Order: sequence, then structure tokens, then C-alpha cells
Amino acid sequence: MRSYLDHAATTPVRPEALEAMLPYLSGTAGNPSGMHASARAARRAVDDARESIADLLGASPGEVVFTSGGTEADNLAVHAATAAAGADGPPPSALVCSAIEHAAVLRAVDRAAARTGSRLSMVPAGADGIVDLDALADACTGDVTLVAVMAVNNEVGTVQPVAEVADAVRARAPRAALLVDAVQAAPWADVASLAGPADLVAVSAHKFGGPSGVGVLVARGTRPVTPLLVGGGQERDRRAGTPNVAGIVGMAAALRAASETRAATAARVAALRDRLVDGLLAAVPTASETGDRSRKVAGNAHLTFAGIEAEELLVLLDDAGVDASSGASCASGALEPSHVLAAMGLGGLARSGLRLSLGWTTTAAEVDRALEVVPEAVARLED
Amino acid sequence: MPSRSCPRPSPAWKTDAVRVLVAMSGGVDSSVAAARVAAEVGPANVVGATLRLWGGPSDSGCCSVADVEDARRVAESLGLVHRVFNLSDEFETRVVAPYVAGHAAGLTPNPCIECNRSIKFDTLLDRARRLGFDALATGHHARRVTDPSGRHRLLRGADPAKDQSYVLAMLGQDQLGRVLFPVGDMTKAEVRAEAARLGMRTAAKPDSQDVCFIRSDVGRARFLGERLELHPGHLVDDGSGARLGTVEAVELVTVGQRRGMGHGTDGRRRYVTAVDVRSGEVRVGPPEAAMSDAVDLRSPSWVDAAPPPGTPVVAQCSAHGPPLDATVERTGRAGTLRVRFDEPARRVAPGQTVALYAADDPTSVLGSGIAR
Repeated sequence: MRSYLDHAATTPVRPEALEAMLPYLSGTAGNPSGMHASARAARRAVDDARESIADLLGASPGEVVFTSGGTEADNLAVHAATAAAGADGPPPSALVCSAIEHAAVLRAVDRAAARTGSRLSMVPAGADGIVDLDALADACTGDVTLVAVMAVNNEVGTVQPVAEVADAVRARAPRAALLVDAVQAAPWADVASLAGPADLVAVSAHKFGGPSGVGVLVARGTRPVTPLLVGGGQERDRRAGTPNVAGIVGMAAALRAASETRAATAARVAALRDRLVDGLLAAVPTASETGDRSRKVAGNAHLTFAGIEAEELLVLLDDAGVDASSGASCASGALEPSHVLAAMGLGGLARSGLRLSLGWTTTAAEVDRALEVVPEAVARLED
Repeated sequence: MPSRSCPRPSPAWKTDAVRVLVAMSGGVDSSVAAARVAAEVGPANVVGATLRLWGGPSDSGCCSVADVEDARRVAESLGLVHRVFNLSDEFETRVVAPYVAGHAAGLTPNPCIECNRSIKFDTLLDRARRLGFDALATGHHARRVTDPSGRHRLLRGADPAKDQSYVLAMLGQDQLGRVLFPVGDMTKAEVRAEAARLGMRTAAKPDSQDVCFIRSDVGRARFLGERLELHPGHLVDDGSGARLGTVEAVELVTVGQRRGMGHGTDGRRRYVTAVDVRSGEVRVGPPEAAMSDAVDLRSPSWVDAAPPPGTPVVAQCSAHGPPLDATVERTGRAGTLRVRFDEPARRVAPGQTVALYAADDPTSVLGSGIAR
């Protein structure tokens, strides 16, 4: 038996999602843009999904833009915020981004700053894994057009103070759009309330039991969403391309199922997570927990092991049947030093982090296995 | 005793190792090396690893996503687990930075040898041990032979045109005891034929060229120019001391170089005989001034015991340089030795590696040192 402890990378498809998708994968699902009965059926499925998802994310259906996933949603959001500001007045002169964002936001913001000639302020986080609110407030000046702060960090699992961030943005940078990447929040938190104050919210289906390759950008208010992809004008001219009907339907079913079971799942998983982290801290003297656990989502366990290369630890865990991860991987599959730990002032441990992420299918046996395997592997590498 | 005529299939690299890590660059040699190891110890006991060494742009090395994909697909076709190891920090610290610093000091370093010394046969070899592997296999064209006494010898590869023993000549007993060169007894043509027979996508892939971290369209001069301050220098006649002209960047001039050095009054080409970065002086002379009777080596390392002074050897002073008859001598300076050539030889640029082979068995590596 393997212990799958990489749910933050992707989590198994929920049966509700699979069941909802099957008719659109196996039958004659039409193209929602068509004028015939098959097309109408597909269109209705997409519209139903849009309403359901809008409801669960605290948006109106018209604010929901379906994308190919979280990365596209983040890119589209950054594009929308920076293109809009350029169009109706002076070019954007400042962007603000937390230093612990996912690469999809970091690189999109980098590129937007370069393209528009904007100043880019990176806001660090504390050792608790929470973005530095004072630094954020300082960075929020009147010329800022985009502020990006994620809802939950993907590596260390900390829930960011989105409401306080929003207050600072509204008070100090009234022109700015607030982008909240809620990709890691969706399985564990009520996105409608956590990311409620945001103008732009990104989620990804495969993180909460939907299929991969589909996601949502919630674009609130009247700010226009200039498309990245142009073509047939789908998604109200915000994202061209035939919608992924099965994926969208599966995403809606998964989000519904995840939301309905969220409280119970979170309570169960948090107990497993606590047992896992406490057990590892007790068994491995060099281990330390990353971030403030009381401010983390239930599924995240993150530890650092001083003097250990995560790349080696992950190999031994893999050999012993534990699927885990560390920081971000590059396109070749190699491990990159964690920019998140570096932003938290833990740069010396940027290659020594281990993320064990639990999810809706995690069992006590999987945790037991990790509790047995991780200390053995660390001891072997410390030899 | 294994030799070039060693009959196959009785691989000279036969191994008792149970678990083997194969360094797979995505090229044809390491692809076939992986296949041979897998056939020997079973695919379940073999893991293919591709190193990510260079974060910057590259087109000729082993670090592009396309090369990683080639390695991964070959490993998968052989039933091997494939992994990617990011050793780019170590590579920067231990290979690229010393390469740049060497040029800044007027030396001509060989980064491929440094990579073998510091990355493949140190960092990676250590990692292999920590991860429970008994041996590390690579696609180098060289042979390791273990005598009945348990001492290891390092021999030239069976294909004289592809022999890579020069870049491995810094290996010692400890490392040789843990490495395998599964294609060392094959010619390159045989390697390609075997890859084709196995249907490998790398069968016809061109050999990698030059320094992997310097893109061919950028070139050494621009690469170094971006990383260190280049200084103009002046050409000085080695004999008369007369100033002859200028060079754009003294850091880019190599002892032995003739390109850009012009011709003497007698119409013969001029060669660089010495480079002094501090004074910006590049000394040049006629062809005979570019020759030398001896070269002093620092940081010597030996495959087995150090040869005593007076030992006749065969010296190779560059990756594809000719074998030169020579004798090992003392220098009077600790940690160094002198290699005296039987016939005057092209002056060896400081920083270059000189590999030494046994005079009575010129396929057998004795060791190596770095020219002072």
C-alpha cells in the first residue's frame, strides 16, 4: 500500500464528479455554442454548473469565467488587471505581490510589470507563514493597480489574512484590483467568505476532487476582463475556446461535494495531520514545523529537516511507498529551492522542506506509514 | 587481461552491485549504458537519474527539458524508474564559478573535468550511496578493470576516437570501486547500433559538444564577459620584449593560442607563450617558443599508487591531444610534480589537465594533475 500524501499537488477525483462527467465523455455531448438539441443540452449543463459554482464561490454567474485551470485563471486575472489600467488612463505604475505566491502569479506579475514598465513590490512573509501586513500596507500606494495575495499558501498551508489585506488595499490603493489565488483554499475553506473581498479569485478543479485541466476565474465588478485567448468569443468574450463541458460539470459536482463535506473532512484530516506532525517532531530531533499550525488549512503538514536535502528524502520516501513533495518543481521535474521558505526568512532551509499534504481520502493507515517511514529515511540521510 | 580485443559479450564491467544508479544525460551512450546495466542486474534494481546542472540557457549540454525527456523516455522503455536531480547550485559553485575565476586569473580551466570531479563522481556518487545504490554507472567511454587483488584500474575506452579516460583521470580507488562504465568496451558505432536495435529514440542523437553551460550562439567570450570584467592587454614579443599590438581581453587568451596573434617578421605564425592577467601582458613567439620540455602539475591524483620519480609515462595534455612519451620527476615543491617530455611538446596552458598513462601499458591511466 502506498501512502499518498500529496493532495495539495492533486487529489483523487470524487465519485460524484466522475459520475457527473461520464455522460459528457461517453455520449453525444454537443458543442454548447451550437443551435441544436445536443448543443442546448451541453449549454444547459455548463450554465447549471456555472450557477452552482457561482453560488459556492460567492459570485454571480456572470462573474464566473471558466478556464483551463488555476494557472490560466491567475494569468487571466493579472492580464485583466494590468491591461484594464493601461487602457483607461495612465499606464499602471505599480504592482504589489506577496513573495509567497504560486509561480503562476509570480511569473505573470513579473511579465506584466516588464511589459507595462510598472514598479513591482514584493511583500515578504513572516516565519509564521503569513504575509507581512505592515509591509503590504507600505507597498499599497495610490498608483498601484494590482495587489496579489493568495488565500492559502500552497507549500506551507497558511491561511492569509485576506480581509485585512483588502482593507489596506481599499484604504491606500483605491485603483487596485485585488487578486486572491484561492486554488489551495477551495478544498478546506469557504472561498465565498475567505476571498469575498477580492476582485479576482482563481480556483482549480483538481485540487478539490474535480478533473485536472479546468478552473475558474471569478471576476467581480465592472472591471473588464481582456481575454488572453481570442477566437469564438466564448465566456462573454473573456476566454475564447469551446468549453470543457465534462470538466466544468465535474468541477461543479466536486465543489458541491467538497463544500457539503468540508467541515467533517477538515476536522477528521486536521486530527490526522496533528498526529502526523507531532509524531514526526517527536521522532526526529532535527525536524521543525514550518509556519503557525493554528493558521493552516487542515491538510497541510510542512516540516524542515536541517542538513537534509529534500530531493534525497523524497527519493527514499518514494522508494518506501510514501508520495510526498517539497517546494516547486521545474519543467524537467527537478526540485527547485523553495521561494516560499526564502520569503519567510528560512532561506537556509529552502532545500530541506518536506510537504506532506493530506486530503479527503487520507486514512489513518497512510499517516501511520509516513510516521514509520519518514524518521527512518531522515536517519539514513543523517548517517 | 581485458584489452581492446576483449571478446564480447563478456562485459569487462560485470558487476556484483545489486542496485545501480545510472546517470542518464539523454544521450546515446548513457542510454545504452542504462540498457546494459538493466540487462545485467534487472530493471527493478536500476534507477536512471538525469542531472539538472544549469539553470541558465543552454543548447548543447545535458540540462535541457528535451534531454531530460529523452532520458526519461529511454528509462521508461527499459522499465526503469527515472529521476531528475537538481544539482545546479553545486554546479554553479564548484564548476561554473571556478571556471570563471580561472579565466579571470589567466588560466584555462577544463570545466568538464571539474564537473566529473566535483559533481558526477563526488556529489552524485555520495548521493547514490545515501540513497542505497551500490554503484553509479555512466556512459563514459572508459573501462574499469578490477584486478584479483581488488585494486581497480582505469583504462582507455575501446574506441580510440571516443576514449574519455582523459576526463576521468582524476578518479581514485575509492571512486573506481563504486562506478561502472558499461559502454567502455564498445565502439561508438556499436553503441549506436545497439541503441537502434533497442529502438531507442536517442540512437541517432548527435554527440554533445563543447562546454554544456555555454550556448553556442553566445560563445565563451560573451559568457565570460557577462560574468567578469574583461581587460584589454598588449602583445609583447617573447624574445625582444617589443610591444606588438593589443588584445581585446587578456582573460580570453590561452597559452598556445595562435588565432589573432598574427605573424612574425619572418612570416611565421606567432603563438602565445605566456599570459599575465595582472600586467595585461600576452607574450607571443615563433612556433618553437610555443614548445616546452616539461610541464609542472599541481593537485596530482592517482588511480593507485603515485609513480616514483623516474617513471616513464605517456602524457595526454588535452581531451583529444596526442599521447606524448615523458618521465615523471620531482619539482622540489610539495604537492607538485614535473612531467618531462622526451621530445619538446606544445606548451600546456596553465589550468589544463594532464593525464598520465603507464608507459608499458598506454591504455592504463596512472593519474592526472593540473598544469601550473
